[in-house]
Amino acid sequence: MLETKQPLEPAVADPARSGLEVRVVSATGVCGSGFKESSIAAGMARRPHFIGCDAGSTDPGPAPLGTGTPAFPGRAVKRDLRLMLKAARQAGVPLLVGSAGTAGGEPHLALVRDIVLEIAQEEGLRFRLALIHAEQDKVYLKNRLRQGRIRPLKPAPEFDEGVIDRAERIVGMMGEEPFLRALDQGADVVIAGRASDCAIFAGLPIRMGVPPGLAWHAAKLLECGSAIAVSRPSPDSILVTFGDGYFDVEALDPEVRCTPQSVAAHALYENADPFRLIESSGTLDLTQASYEALDARRVRVRGSRFEPAATYTVKLEGAERVGYQSIVIGSVRDPFIIRQIDNWSERLEEKLRGRVADVFDAETAANYVFNLRIYGKDGTMGPLEPVRSVTSHELCLVLEVTAPTQEVATTIVSMARHQALHLPIPEWSGLITGVACIYSPAYLERGAVYRFCVNHVVEPDDPYEMFPIDMLEVGA
Amino acid sequence: MTTLGDLASLIRSKNAGPFELTFDIMFDNLESFERVLKSGALSAERIASIYRLPVEDVRFFVVPPALAFKASIPRPIFQGDLRDSDSHGGQQYAPLMEIEIS
Repeated sequence: MLETKQPLEPAVADPARSGLEVRVVSATGVCGSGFKESSIAAGMARRPHFIGCDAGSTDPGPAPLGTGTPAFPGRAVKRDLRLMLKAARQAGVPLLVGSAGTAGGEPHLALVRDIVLEIAQEEGLRFRLALIHAEQDKVYLKNRLRQGRIRPLKPAPEFDEGVIDRAERIVGMMGEEPFLRALDQGADVVIAGRASDCAIFAGLPIRMGVPPGLAWHAAKLLECGSAIAVSRPSPDSILVTFGDGYFDVEALDPEVRCTPQSVAAHALYENADPFRLIESSGTLDLTQASYEALDARRVRVRGSRFEPAATYTVKLEGAERVGYQSIVIGSVRDPFIIRQIDNWSERLEEKLRGRVADVFDAETAANYVFNLRIYGKDGTMGPLEPVRSVTSHELCLVLEVTAPTQEVATTIVSMARHQALHLPIPEWSGLITGVACIYSPAYLERGAVYRFCVNHVVEPDDPYEMFPIDMLEVGA
Repeated sequence: MTTLGDLASLIRSKNAGPFELTFDIMFDNLESFERVLKSGALSAERIASIYRLPVEDVRFFVVPPALAFKASIPRPIFQGDLRDSDSHGGQQYAPLMEIEIS
């Protein structure tokens, strides 16, 4: 439990009074994925200067950004936030949460704000809450685009004013500066929209005197919680302690170990380059980082460096609705069909094209996408699959149609099902039923589907102009 | 015949953001890591040939403190795009397991 018999002394947010040591607790890798109450309590007993937690990712794909919904259920987010809020308020230290509600757009931020307000009311908490917005104004983006101040990363989809107009939502990924400004304005709790995972953790230690290289490297570890351990039984809390020229990292569950290898290996995770990590304000360079075991479960890190960027940039993430999708799942067991599955697929697509032209007008007929996924062949790897021959005795088929409306998608996929069911093959004469369908009705409506429509950076005038801050007195 | 799958403690693939795919090949002992390193079986050229990509699309890294190799490639289909089949990029590593190590 968080309640201690003697209240903890508030941590000192002034390095002159606390010596060189700066301590940071990360509650868990993603807000809503959980952590042990005993772990955050162990972290608070070490008197951290603040608690941070990342709450977002593009991992669940473009749908959370497009639909405005979170990937983690509100109830799970509330459980985690309640423990963090209580711990932070009891200790009198800031709580910083970035990328609220998975994608960090307006609806995501509003959802998490409401959860925070509910918790505050239920627990009788009083604090000053900063909400930092990250969803971008389309007129602002068009202006920056016209000024040549939006440029592509590699690889990037085409991005123009049409994409900005069509996008359901575009967010900017804030750096550490808006967090610091919110704290300067007196915030006790900061709930931010889309933010760099590391920026949540890097800003405050740097301000307290930690060298930027160490602060950003520690931030990269903190943002993933106990994923840095040798083997992670479940998502959990970790602690970083900065000292003179080093930082120490440890899992807060005494049963969980970090080793030099597990900590070094974390720089690989979900990064394209294990030595250079690009942030808004510069690049973390790990080529000289060294890792040393302090004991069986703690690791000391030195030598990480940070190169300030010549030009400050903010990365954009956006989602555009592609259409509505309906699918049919079925399977094939007939070896005659399996051995000619490529030819069978081509003939199916052609037959379908003909039927759609019979039933729909020319515009609709030109605006649907049929995709046949063949599991047992290359369903998992698609164009990257090196195995070209099919050796399986059965294949799973997913017939997928994306169209401008749900009704059209369902109509076309139902037509595809009927064509697939009875598509003739030369080996058999007479009517065959060549696909086993699982469900009745055979189709599943998937609703709206989205794509990531931007992989670009903006050059703003300053780190704040894209991220306005609202202040709320909670419980006053 | 020894394969990379026999020697590695972990071979994994994952998105590095929605537009890139990254492969991590990790070892739990220095001996296996050095054996693979010396064999020359892992390189940008090898990854390019397995995944049928131009070699300039492959970024290849040796990471000694992590006893690891890493390769990153552009996603042939961006995450979540219509024909994408692996939203997290988590099941793209299997062909690496078969690489023979001398």
